[in-house]
Amino acid sequence: MNTNTKKQTKYLEQATERITGSEAVVRSLIAEGVDIIYGYPGGAIMPVYDEFYKYQDEIHHVLTRHEQGATHAAQGYARISGKVGVAIATSGPGATNLITGIADAQIDSTPMVCITGQVPSHLLGSDAFQETDIVGISTPVTKWNHQITTAEEIPEVIAKAFYIARSGRPGPVLIDITKDAQFDSLDFTYQKCNGVRSYTPVPEINKEALMASADLINSAKKPLIVWGQGVILGQAEEEFKAVVEKTGIPAAWTIMGVSALDTSHPLNVGMVGMHGNYAPNILTNECDVLIAIGMRFDDRVTGKLSEYAKQAKVIHFEIDPAEIDKNVKTDVAVLGDAKASLAQLLPLLQKNSHSIWLEKFNELSKIEFEKVIKNDLYPTKEGLTMGEVIKEINVQSNGKAAIVSDVGQHQMIACRYAEFTQSRGNITSGGLGTMGFALPAAIGAKMATPDREVVAVIGDGGYQMTIQELGTIFQTKTAVKIVVLNNDFLGMVRQWQQLFFDKRYASTVMTNPDFVTIAKGYHLKAKRVTKREDLAEAVETMMASKTPYFLEVCVEKEDNVFPMIPSGASVSEIRLE
Amino acid sequence: MNQYTISVYTENNIGLLNRISAIFQRRHINIESMNISDSEIEGVSRFTILVNMTEVNVKKIIGQIEKQIEVIKAFYHMDDDTIYLESCMFKIKSDLLFEERQIQNIIKDSDARIVTVNRDFFVLEKSGRRREIEMLYRELSAFGIMQFVRSGRIAVTKDEMRISTILDAFNN
Repeated sequence: MNTNTKKQTKYLEQATERITGSEAVVRSLIAEGVDIIYGYPGGAIMPVYDEFYKYQDEIHHVLTRHEQGATHAAQGYARISGKVGVAIATSGPGATNLITGIADAQIDSTPMVCITGQVPSHLLGSDAFQETDIVGISTPVTKWNHQITTAEEIPEVIAKAFYIARSGRPGPVLIDITKDAQFDSLDFTYQKCNGVRSYTPVPEINKEALMASADLINSAKKPLIVWGQGVILGQAEEEFKAVVEKTGIPAAWTIMGVSALDTSHPLNVGMVGMHGNYAPNILTNECDVLIAIGMRFDDRVTGKLSEYAKQAKVIHFEIDPAEIDKNVKTDVAVLGDAKASLAQLLPLLQKNSHSIWLEKFNELSKIEFEKVIKNDLYPTKEGLTMGEVIKEINVQSNGKAAIVSDVGQHQMIACRYAEFTQSRGNITSGGLGTMGFALPAAIGAKMATPDREVVAVIGDGGYQMTIQELGTIFQTKTAVKIVVLNNDFLGMVRQWQQLFFDKRYASTVMTNPDFVTIAKGYHLKAKRVTKREDLAEAVETMMASKTPYFLEVCVEKEDNVFPMIPSGASVSEIRLE
Repeated sequence: MNQYTISVYTENNIGLLNRISAIFQRRHINIESMNISDSEIEGVSRFTILVNMTEVNVKKIIGQIEKQIEVIKAFYHMDDDTIYLESCMFKIKSDLLFEERQIQNIIKDSDARIVTVNRDFFVLEKSGRRREIEMLYRELSAFGIMQFVRSGRIAVTKDEMRISTILDAFNN
């Protein structure tokens, strides 16, 4: 993308100028197109904050209420926009508080650059005040990290950081900058990074593998596509849709892949995995060719590996060579980015339809509807269900809202039932399962796309892990809509205790505060719903609000999420009750 | 389980050792030995890592090592694919060299080399296969060893690894 703004080009490849390291940090960020940065100040990063003060018209620093919030906000920003999210913190505890968000970004392939201040270089290794070995600590959870100890390194390392974070399979990068490097001066020029010799971001597409995959797809009688976030990260939505429609192959998604194809598309057969839909899970073990696109066969997707799609030939379209054969042995692996691979695949495919095979999905879907979906979305019992809240949000948003979910029962319900007509609509902590993700991530998502409706759906447990970010919402007036589905339980853990630990509810009962009063304490509009007849109007009011809005829905306390593949069971052993 | 020698060509960067060893740690794999040195290419380091694991897992490990930004290329080899050796040193009391005729024979027969001799001790060096070193250790331990140290395995491969080709491809 060569769409550098005027602001960016101001610092790109201009004549050398003598400036401080800290000013170089800020100018480098602007040159990379960064408009918003999330963070929290402290001793070792103060020189950079002093520059934020000077450059506040060019770069907007958002003060989160905890460094973890800064990372999740940067993730939300990145997930919805595709741009690199940026978080900044001081040394020591500021830096260690970033780790959860970094680990989350690593496992969910989110482009993010984190900058941390560090004690002056002469104090490194001496157990100085607020010193922590953040490069050592972050190594296993970053795509790349680096410590800067001299001002001269700053522009080049930041350029490399952004290049690595966004290219290939994206991921988080951490740059640790000693305080003396921030204070010292350098001759500043900025050049974007275009390559690193030891790093091949996108492997070349092997034509023979591509042909072999096309042959398998063309001759398949019962093919199944399972796609993941790779389709979104590779901006391959159109190419993907073309492949699905030309071949007529039923396509199922992982939690990270949903929204790449409209949820109402006739060939979209739903979600795979532990709480996914009945049909695609059962039929994973009946298909003859399994076409995996930009997904990584996570254990939550595959269930018992030794009984996963054993009858099928497996084709894997994947950008990361380390994923090939990592969990599931493939028959044909096509390395490359999804957009290019699918574009080249399309002309090799024969037009087809698999109506009899597709009918099997419909039959199983009907069973799931009768046993599960009907009760979730159209309940007749007194208590409210999580599903009917999501359904109401669908109605009010026409599937255009981005749904930012946290982790647990509400997340599974949100992902199962949210309707999407736009890509990058589902923002959730998929791989790491980070409770507390949603509230700050929604802030980042809304700031990145102010015109898009952003609804955070959160459980009462996860909400209280990052509830302090209400302060950020209040201060920045970010118009996120917050829906807390309150069952006064850590619901998913309670469900497991019910099913697998004889209802011994160890530490899953939550005695909760008055969430509406708390929201009002932050001067947010807030409402609580306890009855079905009030739900539609409450959701409508929330969606119509131009300002941030908090809605608590008190739902049935001991509802369970089904279908469910018990851990260690095969996908075809999925339970409906 | 087999014994594999892993060769990793990398940039020479602080922290990369940590990054590579963490990949083994995550999978709870013990590293038998590790050696890091210059390679035949200026500025490029070479890791030689010895592990015991299954071939399926060593392939996965290679993928995860290569995925690291500053790793240029990683390979795994069976012993037959490489020429390999280890080095060791023994520090032994000098008196024994003169009092125990047998020691001189051991040194001669084992192709060990005397590095230095002084009034108190002498130092013996030997490079070779593990079992040769172990045999020498057993023979000398009968007389008393003041200090012993053995290096990690180093190995060159019979096949080419074409690192320069990879680097040239980037430059062009």
